[in-house]
Amino acid sequence: MPTTKKTAKKKPTGAKAASGSVALLIATKKGGFIFTSDAKRREWKIRGPIFLGHIAHHILLDPRDRRTMLMAAKTGHLGPTVFRSTDLGKKWKEATKPPAFPKAPEGEKGLVVDHVFWLTPGHPSEPKVWYAGTSPQGLFRSLDAGDTWEPVSGFNNHPMRFAWTGSGQDGTPDGPKMHSINIDPRDPNHMYLGMSSGGVFESKDRGANWHPLNSGCVADFLPDPNTEYGHDPHCVRLHPAAPDILYQQNHCGIYRMDRKEGRWTRIGENMPKAVGDIGFPMVVHPRDPETVWVFPMDGTQVWPRTSPGGKPAVYRTSNAGKKWQRLDNGLPRDQAWVTVFRQAMTADAHHPVGIYFGTTGGEVWASLNEGDKWTCIARNLPHIYAVEAAELGK
Amino acid sequence: MKVIIPSPLLSYTGQEKEVEVGGSTIAELLDELNRRYPGIRFRMIDEQDAIRPHMRIFVNGEQVWNINTPLQPSDEIYILQALSGG
Repeated sequence: MPTTKKTAKKKPTGAKAASGSVALLIATKKGGFIFTSDAKRREWKIRGPIFLGHIAHHILLDPRDRRTMLMAAKTGHLGPTVFRSTDLGKKWKEATKPPAFPKAPEGEKGLVVDHVFWLTPGHPSEPKVWYAGTSPQGLFRSLDAGDTWEPVSGFNNHPMRFAWTGSGQDGTPDGPKMHSINIDPRDPNHMYLGMSSGGVFESKDRGANWHPLNSGCVADFLPDPNTEYGHDPHCVRLHPAAPDILYQQNHCGIYRMDRKEGRWTRIGENMPKAVGDIGFPMVVHPRDPETVWVFPMDGTQVWPRTSPGGKPAVYRTSNAGKKWQRLDNGLPRDQAWVTVFRQAMTADAHHPVGIYFGTTGGEVWASLNEGDKWTCIARNLPHIYAVEAAELGK
Repeated sequence: MKVIIPSPLLSYTGQEKEVEVGGSTIAELLDELNRRYPGIRFRMIDEQDAIRPHMRIFVNGEQVWNINTPLQPSDEIYILQALSGG
């Protein structure tokens, strides 16, 4: 019998909790959708599909102006691009210069962007800066709110890039990916990123130089599981209220790092053994550095990548992984063989925090009480790749 | 010369299925096409100047593989989306 013990929500600390309506920006295998809530987050209006037939990997609203939206997209046949909107997704225009690797000298083989996988707005002090991570692993920067993109040569041309990333066969079944680009809210020069595969990397000089940051994290699929790089972080999050605290959902478990210690600690070993600590997404509380949510999946043997036992559940810790609580009230009780991709679970900034996820089966689920109870707010969408919450205000 | 545009790219040409574009090579033709319809080239040709895996270019019914292929003013160019799906 699933457990759904209700717990008192921690009072907000640090940043003030948001109020008013929320937008969910949903990227799917067949286009984008924008869900907009009422002020109480109980009624949702659905707009879309946007660019029907495009494979949308990520859609984000710029939290610095609350107007600019970027969508990473391609089709099965056409090359990758970025679409931009400056009116909250009503009208869209293609980027003048999408992310692309430099042309290789004659006789040499150059890299080709297959798709743009991840988008991250830059530091609040750099209002038009955005970053993009691609497949294969490449880092790109825009200085003009996503209209033109340039390679970050400090990573893309790094002499260790090939060793760090491996070949095209060392990635996910959908290709190797750069993701989880995190900017330190205290310093625009301090960045982290994740690569599947490759591991977690850090830069302290705005991307000019990078070093691996995988100590303590296991790579049990490699001959040397304690290697310096070559890991498979699925999703890495820096805590906005405590930027020295990092969490990651890795191919090999759930980890936490206090950057001052510089070593990952596996906090997923306290998950129920029958469920395990494999999954894709990692969601941090907007204010409490000890509260995170994960969505476990079956990572045994051939990696079915479905909810363990066909019983989907979110798990939450409120004490940095010492204890985990199963949250499945309202979710299907069995025969639900879905999972949630790495960008497809998110939190809003309200109190209590709203948690949202989209499944590989095209359902969107919402909880207005931090996961204690779930409601399905949409069904029959295409396979969902990403769900991002954006505060629209009152 | 006449260039036939496949349906996935009609949003760039304002739904025009045939356009007249000049150029002494496929590369020049694509550059002119891109000047007129910004962004269309990168959806077909990657940053290493290779024709993308699911796109095909035919000159007078013959498939070409290299964008440096020379063209004559009377040539007819077909840009096609390969039959592949899922």
